[in-house]
Amino acid sequence: MKTECLEWLEQLPSPDGVLASEQLIGRESLRNLGLPKKYSEAWRLTNLKRIEKILKLPLAQSNQYENSIDKNQWPEIPKDGVRIILNNETNYKTNLPNGIRFLSNDDIKETINLSHQSIDETNDWGVSVNKACNNKLLALKVDGLEEQSLEILIPSQKETLNPSRILLVLGKKAKLKLLQVIIGEGKSSNNNLIQIHLDEGSELNHGLICFGKNDSSLFTQACIKQNIDSKYELNAIQHGWSISRFEPRVFQQNGKAKTKLNGLQISSEKQQLATHSLVNFNGPEGELEQLQKSIAADQSHCIFNGAVKVPKEAQKTNASQLSRNLLISKAARIDTKPELEIVADDVKCAHGATISQLQEEELFYLRSRGIDSNQAATLLLKGYCQEIINNLPVAAERWQILNQIIENLNK
Amino acid sequence: MLKSETKLILEVCDLHANVEDQPILNGVNLQVYAGEIHAIMGRNGSGKSTLSKVIAGHPAYKITGGTIKFEDNNLLDLDPEERARLGVFLGFQYPIEIPGVSNLEFLRVSTNARREYEKKEELDTFEFEDFVQEKLKIVKMDPAFLNRSVNEGFSGGEKKRNEILQMALLEPKLAILDETDSGLDIDALRVVAAGVNKLATPNTATILITHYQRLLNEITPNYVHVMANGKILKTAGKELALQLEKSGYDWIEQISSNKEENQ
Ligand SMILES: Nc1ncnc2c1ncn2[C@@H]1O[C@H](COP(=O)(O)OP(=O)(O)O)[C@@H](O)[C@H]1O
Ligand SMILES: [Mg+2]
Repeated sequence: MKTECLEWLEQLPSPDGVLASEQLIGRESLRNLGLPKKYSEAWRLTNLKRIEKILKLPLAQSNQYENSIDKNQWPEIPKDGVRIILNNETNYKTNLPNGIRFLSNDDIKETINLSHQSIDETNDWGVSVNKACNNKLLALKVDGLEEQSLEILIPSQKETLNPSRILLVLGKKAKLKLLQVIIGEGKSSNNNLIQIHLDEGSELNHGLICFGKNDSSLFTQACIKQNIDSKYELNAIQHGWSISRFEPRVFQQNGKAKTKLNGLQISSEKQQLATHSLVNFNGPEGELEQLQKSIAADQSHCIFNGAVKVPKEAQKTNASQLSRNLLISKAARIDTKPELEIVADDVKCAHGATISQLQEEELFYLRSRGIDSNQAATLLLKGYCQEIINNLPVAAERWQILNQIIENLNK
Repeated sequence: MLKSETKLILEVCDLHANVEDQPILNGVNLQVYAGEIHAIMGRNGSGKSTLSKVIAGHPAYKITGGTIKFEDNNLLDLDPEERARLGVFLGFQYPIEIPGVSNLEFLRVSTNARREYEKKEELDTFEFEDFVQEKLKIVKMDPAFLNRSVNEGFSGGEKKRNEILQMALLEPKLAILDETDSGLDIDALRVVAAGVNKLATPNTATILITHYQRLLNEITPNYVHVMANGKILKTAGKELALQLEKSGYDWIEQISSNKEENQ
């Protein structure tokens, strides 16, 4: 297995650009890691065959970009909105709104090297792959008191591996609504790393829509570092990937910040979708509210692993984690696991998990009003998804994701 | 009353039903004609809700004998949604909360399902809003409830009003209201009763399941039935309700067990 990784590393172009040093780090880690292994707890449930395929894909090329991407499904950009498309150019040139600017190379060097204490990168396969092969970085800084909004669209080219990376810094008291959309295409793989630094009192509402199709795969990590009094809210939706793994990691640097993580994964056919979250409180009075939902249809598989770390210095932490799941086919599977590591003694940590089917009483209530059983099931599924989708930044409505989800489930 | 001239809406014959092999209904007989209001009373656990759910088609109950005719249809052959479209309406004793599903959307989809069967035109979202505003007045309900999820976080009384609102929208031929009065204060009870009276017509029928005489002060039934052990034990006029309120159910059960012993 290691040799496959080595072969892949060998054929990569030599390190280059602003991320050259990161490439060296990533390659070194991968050399030691090899491919993920079944016996490691974090990969135990993963379909590793599908992972092997990813390293066989050639890297996406910028000169292929225009004709290998299907832009038809992209909704128009809202009137005063800004969309940045992560294509395969090294520099993403766009007009930015006042209050958002590109980080200079010096800024980048300073910020990106602050390695994220909650990731042990030498041990992290997804991050290492991204670092090893990616030379493109979108680096933005948001300042000022006015709320900004932004859409970042990350398409994939067919039959290629598409790495990308975002560095987003919110200055003191800055506010941003970010909608990040990742789209998979036939036999592609997408690997996105977004690194977010929230300074004191800043607020980020982060919507993440990950829609795959036709045997595409996704590896995406969100690494968030929160300073005190900052607020981070994530609503993440995964749907339609042959295999996907989303790893949000939040690090409350000095505690006393608010984190809200909502996740929704909807799998059908033989898909395997996974969320592995980690919230690390590194100081007192931190808050976490987490809700993870999954719907598994056909012969698909949804996985959720929710780690929360409350070390001794994180007294008065208030954390809750709820995992609510719907199995809508007998052949589908859902695995959900909380992983609480609590050392501090004066804390509130609640967690719970349920796996159920569509409720018979709810279905009967709808049917007793003349709604046929298919339509009743659809209404219930929509309602189930809406609890998360309703929290996405308004700009997400244009993507009509709920209709697509229901269409795919009814196939 | 000259029954031969009015139309038979519901005919339940020797109905037996089980839940998980446990018999709950043990031979119910009931005939309801157009224009009538029937009250069904009885102790908790006597099978009143079961009877109403079996008529509406709840899949948890297994029918082990008997028939239910609704006009010319064998109800037991039909799915719950088909029964509803024909005009059978059940006001639930415990209306279900459905998080995430908008009440307005739910009301519109169900109203249109019934209208389609009645060959009335479908109402689009705008037309439906006008239609529903009219009906809201009947139950004196705050329009804000339309924008919430179905019954989610509604108080007991609000849920019951929402049931009557659904009845007003669906314009059923047969309305079965299962303890719509319980948990209501007297003002809310009057609103609900006024709604029921307003919606009752010579061509429709109503079955009220209730514990209390006080609802029957507001809505006058033609017949009062007493249920016990999954059967109707006694049927009489509205004076029976007063008698039950005074003397309880014991005497009826006494009479009927004596009868069975004599047989
Ligand atoms: N779904 C069910 N599962 C198990 N038992 C039930 C179910 N529905 C009704 N029963 C039982 O049937 C009996 C009659 O209940 P119900 O019809 O609710 O009575 P009522 O409405 O007259 O109070 C009770 O003993 C009740 O426990
Ligand atoms: Mg009852």
